[in-house]
Formats: sequence, C-alpha cells, structure tokens
Amino acid sequence: MSASSQDNALQTSGIMRAMIYALLIFFVIYYLLPLWIMIANSLKPLEEIHSGDMLAPPRSITFEPWRSAWSTTQVGVEATGLRPYFINSILMVVPAVVLSTFLGALNGYVLTKWQFRGANLVFGLMLLACFIPFQIVLIPMARILGMLGLAGTIPGLVMVHTIYGLGFTTLFFRNYYAAFPTELVRAAQIDGASFFQVFWRILVPSSGPIIVVTIIWQFTNVWNDFLFGASFSSYDSTPITVALNNLVNSSTGVKEYNVHFAGAILAALPTLIVYIVSGRYFVRGLMAGAVKG
Amino acid sequence: MASLTIDKLTKSFGAVDVLKGIDLEIEDGGFLVLVGPSGCGKSTLLNCIAGLEKTTSGEIRIGDRNVEGLHPSKRDIAMVFQSYALYPNMTVRGNISFGMEIRGIAKADQDRAIQEVADMLQIGNLLDRKPSQLSGGQRQRVAMGRALVRHPQVFLFDEPLSNLDAKLRVDMRTEIKRLHSRMGTTIVYVTHDQIEALTLATKIAVLEAGYLQQFGTPDEIYNDPANMFVADFMGSPSMNLIEGRLTASADGLEVVIDSHDDRSISLPVPDSAAMRQHLDHSIVFGIRPEAMTDPDGADRTSSRVVTRDCYIEVSQPAGSDTFALTKLGGKECIARFRADARIELGSFSPVSFNMTKAVFFDPSTKERIR
Repeated sequence: MSASSQDNALQTSGIMRAMIYALLIFFVIYYLLPLWIMIANSLKPLEEIHSGDMLAPPRSITFEPWRSAWSTTQVGVEATGLRPYFINSILMVVPAVVLSTFLGALNGYVLTKWQFRGANLVFGLMLLACFIPFQIVLIPMARILGMLGLAGTIPGLVMVHTIYGLGFTTLFFRNYYAAFPTELVRAAQIDGASFFQVFWRILVPSSGPIIVVTIIWQFTNVWNDFLFGASFSSYDSTPITVALNNLVNSSTGVKEYNVHFAGAILAALPTLIVYIVSGRYFVRGLMAGAVKG
Repeated sequence: MASLTIDKLTKSFGAVDVLKGIDLEIEDGGFLVLVGPSGCGKSTLLNCIAGLEKTTSGEIRIGDRNVEGLHPSKRDIAMVFQSYALYPNMTVRGNISFGMEIRGIAKADQDRAIQEVADMLQIGNLLDRKPSQLSGGQRQRVAMGRALVRHPQVFLFDEPLSNLDAKLRVDMRTEIKRLHSRMGTTIVYVTHDQIEALTLATKIAVLEAGYLQQFGTPDEIYNDPANMFVADFMGSPSMNLIEGRLTASADGLEVVIDSHDDRSISLPVPDSAAMRQHLDHSIVFGIRPEAMTDPDGADRTSSRVVTRDCYIEVSQPAGSDTFALTKLGGKECIARFRADARIELGSFSPVSFNMTKAVFFDPSTKERIR
C-alpha cells in the first residue's frame, strides 16, 4: 500500500516539499486545537479556567471533573453523572448495529444472488430511505412505537435505528455482493447448500471489509444521534447525547466547564475508539470493488 | 453413470428465445461437447441440464429419470465452472469436502474420498492451501477434484480451460481426456474452442443462434458438415467456401470458379440428381486447406486429385506447414503446403485439389447438397 502510493506521488523539489509540510502541519494544528482545548480544560480545576487562558496547559492536573462527569454531576434532576446514560447508549447501539448490519447483508444477498422480478425497484425504494430526513419520520414513528408499546424504551430506540439504518446497510452490502462471483453461489447450490448455508458459509466469510464499513457507519450514526434519542426516550432510556445536553443545561449556579469538557470527551470516546481500531479497514472497504486487487 | 437425453428443449428469457428446440442424446460414458460462438446458447443449455436455469419447455432425462423441477443438488451431477468457483475462504480440503459436509457424510468417509481424488489429481500437497495461493492449473485441478468426489452420473464442464495459458490448456485437455477414459463417466463439456471439441468429444453438438446445427461424431462434423455454418466454424484454419458456377461438360459436371485476372479454373464435381438441380446456378464449393496442397504434398491415397494453376498472393510459414493464400471466387482461400514447398509469390503455381474431400452447399439455403 505505502509502496504503491509512493510510486504514484509526484516528484517535488525541496522548497515545494517544505511548503507542503508547513501547510499540512498548519491543518493538523487547526483540527487538533479543539481536542486540545477539551482535554486541557477537562483536567483543570474550575478556578484555573475562570482565571486564565483556555489554550494554556493545566498547571495542576486534576481528574475530579472526569469523575464528576462520569458518576456524580447533576444531569437533569438526578445527580448520577453520565454513567447510566452511557450504558443506555451501549444497550441501544450494539443491538441496533448488529441487527441492521445483519439485515443489510441479508438484503444485499437476496437482491444480488436471488434475483426476483422487481428486485431493482425494491432496491431503489430502499435507497430512497437514505434520503429521508429524520424529521419527517418523527411523528409516524412515534405513533408506531406507541402502537407497539415500545414508546420511551431502549428496544424502541433499537427498532428506530435499525429501520432507519437499513437503507444504508442494504446499499453497502448490495454493491459489495454485486461484485461477488455468482458462480460461487451456483457451485454451492450444486453442492447442496441451502439459502442460509450459502449465506453463512460462502458470502459472510468473504464480507469482512464491508462488515467493518457498515459497523463503523452505523455505530457512529446511532451513537451520535440526538434527534431520535431526544424524541423517543424517557428518563430511564435516555442516550448519552441527550444526557450530555441535559448536563450542560442543568447548572447549579456556576457553569462547570471542566466537567462539561470531560463529559463531551466521554460521549465521543466510543466512536473515536471504533475509528482508531478499524479505520484502516474503513478506507480499504470503501475502496473494495473499485479496483481489482 | 447414466445417459443424458434432451428432448425438444426450449428456453426463453422474457421475449428472447435462447434455445429453440434442442434434441440431443449422449450414451452412458460418452463425452458430449457443446460448441458454438459466444451467445449461441451453449452455456444456457448446460445450466438447464444442471438445473441452474429453468427450462421453458421440453424434457431433460438423466438415465431414465426426468429431472424437471429437481434442485441442482438432487440431479446427481457435478459441475466445473469457467472461473473454477473455488470458495475463497476455505482451504482446498474445505472446498472438496464442502458438498459432503452438507450432505452429512461421516468425517472418516470424507477424508478417504478427499485422499482418493487428491491422489488421482496429484493435489495432495495443496490440501491445506487457500485458493488464492494456487496457480491457474492447480485451481483447475481442485475444481475438478471437487466435482470428482461426488461420483456423479454426469459431469458438466463450462469452458473449463478458457482461463489457462495456451500450453497449460493443452496439458489439461489431455488430462481431462485421460480422466474420462479412466472414470468412464458421462461428460457434457461446453467450449467455444473447436480444437478442444474435436480432440475431446465422442459426440459434438454445434449450436448457433439457439438452434442445433449439427450433432455427430467429430469425424462427421469435420468431414461431413451439414451446412456452411458448421463447415466454417469447425477446423483451423477454417474450410474454404468458394462460390462457383455448376456447369455440364463432356466429362460430367464441373464447377467453374473465378481465379486471378479474368481467368477461371474448373473442377470436376460428382454427378448426382441433387447436384443436377443446381445446374447453371451458383453453388458453394467447400474444401479444407489441407485438401489444397502443392502437387508433391497431395494425398496419394486419394482417388481424385486434380491440379490447377492458382495465383499465390501471400505465404505464411507456420513451422510445420506453409499456408498459401490465393484468391478464388473473389475470396481469400488458404492452401496448406508442405513447409519446404517452394512458393513463388505473385505468380501462378500448381495447386492440387483432393476432390474426395470436397463438399458442396446451396448458397441460398446454406445447406449441404448431397
């Protein structure tokens, strides 16, 4: 990978190279500055923030704001910290990601390898789901959740995110499987494999890159979602994004900026970890099928 | 092992008729090659036999069992695909055992069967590799191994050699032929390569545009083509099809063919009632390049060799032979000379026509005149 990109790079002179690096370093600083401010200030006592420079490194490091954000600070009316809401988000994200990825893979398999009349129309309609704004589905979804008795519960949120994510996951898997050789499926049929045996034994083991792409995409979207969380959750099923908002808004006299910064980092941490762990597969997966090899 | 019968088979995709009434029969242990240009329907026919495509009408019988509506896995067939279709996530062993695993065969029996085909195909040392670590020829062997462990009634091969380089293709061709004579299983083999068809088959079916053009032994197909399509398609270089005029002379019938510079040559034609119907009309005279030679290279066992002067335009030495191009009936014709025959370009040289090998066609129907 690195060798081939070096071959593709343009030859540059020393001055050009220095300018390019200067520009790149400038942008690195530009993008990292917010993160720096958050980390630095989350480690300062409140007085230090009030007294001085936001950009300065902490003079005396304290982990108290983190502890407070995690377990003791006031969120809304309860002084629980973000922990219960973090757990809510995990309980919502994991099933939603697993379900929507699985169903997307199954849809992709059926749409490409079991071609039926109107398959392309069905796919087109599912694609449309990618373009529907969140706001449009709020009221009908609230009605359906109410009818199913899932209003204000975590399973309800799982269902909302699974359904909303299905358009994207189907798109990913359909395009990936369209490039998957049909002869393999036929060979497996002749070997006597059933519909699900072909799926589990032949297609899924070859789907690594696209599974990673789908998981990253879905995890980030579901974890970061605010609107559905704010609309469809009740006090015991609130996801962390909504809780973070409540934390920032519920002040008891002084604004605890250091706690707010720590809470925001806590809320962003899981998506960051997912990116760092599997980011290289993400790029590889997006490229898969674009060029051979 | 079983025979295979195809009876009035048709197949349409929507409004497009791909197969238009195919009748074929191959005996138990036979080697049937379906050959034709791309788009002729040969792969569709194979997929119909495999059960991967539904037929529109007609019947397919394996042995005396009508396989209509049977799932591919229940037809007692095995198939080798053009791309080999090896499961990329499994080892060679896994690829070969996958079908047995699905059918619930005991592990010990699986291992024995794998060992047996691995020995037969000499892939024993590859069993724990992934398909991506194999060369083209090795993948081909594994694909055949996967088919062999099933001990099917009928083997289906879909252009199995078209992805190999020229030399390997010849080797694998020999190997398939050896395998067939050893196993004695009925084989249906699709190819667009007419050399493969001639070397492998016990019976050849030539397809074009969804019709069966001719069905016969390789010898019949090559020497006794039913129409101009078969004559032109089979053989390399292909048969010279020369337009001429049928006339009567004192010695019997003759075909008169335009040659170079307003000159013409006449060749004797066997007399028959069917021929006489075309008297004073144009007919197509077909002759294989190897039946047009320099006089010293002519077939001495042939009873009817006639020598005429032809204008040689180009010569193409090909090692074992030299191909000489001459214009007859307004078309380029290829004659096959001995490699050391002296050819003078741009002049008239004697060319011997072996008329026992000549065939004649009606230019309007493209059918053979017998």
